Amino acid sequence: MADTILVVVEQREGKLNRVSWETITAGQALAAATGWPLEAAVIGANAAAIAAEVAAKKVAKVYAIESPRLEPYTPDAFAAALKQFLAAKQQKLVIMPHTYQVRDFIPKLATAMGRTVISDCIGFKHDAGKLIFTRQMFQGKLAADVSFAGDVPWFATFQNGAFRGDKAEAGASAAPVEIVPVEIADGLIRNKPQEVFKEAKQAVDLTQAEVIVAVGRGIKEQKNIEMAKNLADALGGDLAASRPICDSGWLPMDRQIGSSGQTVAPKLYLALGISGAIQHIVGMKGSRTIIAVNKDSEAPIFEIADYAVVGNLFDIVPPLIEEVKKAKAGG
Amino acid sequence: MKILVCMKQVPQKDAPLKLNESGTWIREDVSYEVNEPDAYALEEALRQREKHKGEVVVITSGPARAQQVLREALAKGADRAIHLEDDKFVGLDAFNTAKAFATAIKEEQFDLIFTGLQSDDYGYAQTGVILAELLGWPHATIIMQIEKTDAGIRVKRELEAGYFQFVDMPLPAVLTIQSGINKLRYATLIGIKQAKNKPLRKVTLAEVQSAIGGNLQKIEKLYVPQKTKKTEHIDGPPAEIAKKLVDKLRNELRVL
Ligand SMILES: Cc1cc2nc3c(=O)[nH]c(=O)nc-3n(C[C@H](O)[C@H](O)[C@H](O)COP(=O)(O)OP(=O)(O)OC[C@H]3O[C@@H](n4cnc5c(N)ncnc54)[C@H](O)[C@@H]3O)c2cc1C
Ligand SMILES: Nc1ncnc2c1ncn2[C@@H]1O[C@H](COP(=O)(O)O)[C@@H](O)[C@H]1O
Repeated sequence: MADTILVVVEQREGKLNRVSWETITAGQALAAATGWPLEAAVIGANAAAIAAEVAAKKVAKVYAIESPRLEPYTPDAFAAALKQFLAAKQQKLVIMPHTYQVRDFIPKLATAMGRTVISDCIGFKHDAGKLIFTRQMFQGKLAADVSFAGDVPWFATFQNGAFRGDKAEAGASAAPVEIVPVEIADGLIRNKPQEVFKEAKQAVDLTQAEVIVAVGRGIKEQKNIEMAKNLADALGGDLAASRPICDSGWLPMDRQIGSSGQTVAPKLYLALGISGAIQHIVGMKGSRTIIAVNKDSEAPIFEIADYAVVGNLFDIVPPLIEEVKKAKAGG
Repeated sequence: MKILVCMKQVPQKDAPLKLNESGTWIREDVSYEVNEPDAYALEEALRQREKHKGEVVVITSGPARAQQVLREALAKGADRAIHLEDDKFVGLDAFNTAKAFATAIKEEQFDLIFTGLQSDDYGYAQTGVILAELLGWPHATIIMQIEKTDAGIRVKRELEAGYFQFVDMPLPAVLTIQSGINKLRYATLIGIKQAKNKPLRKVTLAEVQSAIGGNLQKIEKLYVPQKTKKTEHIDGPPAEIAKKLVDKLRNELRVL
């Protein structure tokens, strides 16, 4: 059996999801460490168009796995198509980005093949011939080194931002593209997806904000939001929040930062009582400066903070508002 | 509608975690709570039952302590509970946990199974989807709305970056529920009292052992992540911290 690594990239309506480049970088790093050749696959009704784009990168080959039944996306069709393909090719390691789409079908695919997925990895190690994947556990408070204990193909997904997409190496020449038609039987697809849509217009656009004060569950009660608002006002910035704050209706959804909310990159992101779960981090890690206030010195938010204030936000925010006001008044 | 809700007990969000001696798991002497999306899954099941009649059954696998989540669910209105009770269930991977569940409910006929979209401890984001595949049922993930239709159900899936999608699907099905799908209720005093008399079936490891196998993935080592960014700590009494921060804001970040 060939010891091959396969990267399955993600596309939607003929456009490559940018995070796919990150997975190609991960695949190239894995190939360099293990010596296993790297191949790529695109799945869809018109996968060939995108396969050419992927073939410009340093990969041995690109497969375009095609069937008209792969559009629109359904987990039934995607799992069936990949299972058919993998059964014929027998790859050793199959990697994908940990997107909402991948997490929707990859556990099904692996289970159908009696295999497992090490999900949401942030890196890997190759020590003395043993391949280990690193993933976050306990909401990022701990990291785990995880190995495969079962048969190949092994499946792994990589977290958004774990590798740099712009580091994906170009190939010396375009890799060959093979079109692989797959059969998807009548009646196999049970879900009927409707059009993708966005909820009624967002009233607030935080993507242009220079200063953002974001509150998390550490704010404790709805009435305390006022205090954070005062700080945001004093700084001339905008108020934002982690998901649980918006879920509770304390702030509207359009102020949510993270994978299911807005992605922002202000000059200053001041995080108050936010633990720093990856789904929040992906929405704000591009901020130029991050100040985090959290009473737990081991909160994951401190891993990406430039300035860390370990303490009770209710002690720290009121004097901070006063100092900011003084500074603004020219004091 | 007959609905099964998978509810996991996980360490409390701000519980300080310590590693065990072998560095492969945490020390279990922490406080626990219900995995957050699982609480929303239960609430959704109760609401569906209120609309369409039927039954809500809750299931968990874990040590004796995990019974607490079942008791709470019964107090909130679930009809009965199933506890796969053994310390060893804690160490199973998602594949084996799902297999254990599938075996424990073999005799039951559910229309829907709800899980949370992921657990706070392992964070596999897989158990529900694996369970669907083992049962041969369709599934949909990250669900924010569920409506019964003539042919089955219509669900609203959350996609990335504020996008959504409705999906029509037949029953029976497995759905993984996202936090925030509804507003949680509190248990009432009457509910807590009634919970004591509701059926709670225990399932031993031996009863499901033949269905599960060795884990397909193994935690070699658990550790506190290394910092990659240089972080400057601002210490002192609050008033001093405020002064130091404003100094940074003005002179280094130039946002004031
Ligand atoms: C598919 C998916 C999508 C998601 N999308 C998003 C998203 O877009 N955005 C998002 O934010 N989350 C999202 N989440 C949820 C995410 O995983 C976390 O649950 C969430 O970000 C946690 O919010 P939090 O930090 O406010 O709360 P918690 O994790 O509960 O943290 C609260 C923090 O406050 C601190 N604290 C408590 N009291 C004080 C005090 N007095 N002073 C100072 N600090 C205090 C605590 O130490 C703790 O660190 C998503 C999850 C999933 C699975
Ligand atoms: N031991 C368990 N007991 C009950 N439910 C579980 C257990 N493990 C996983 N689940 C369910 O599966 C969901 C996803 O978990 P995971 O695949 O670990 O991210 C959780 O939100 C629970 O609903």
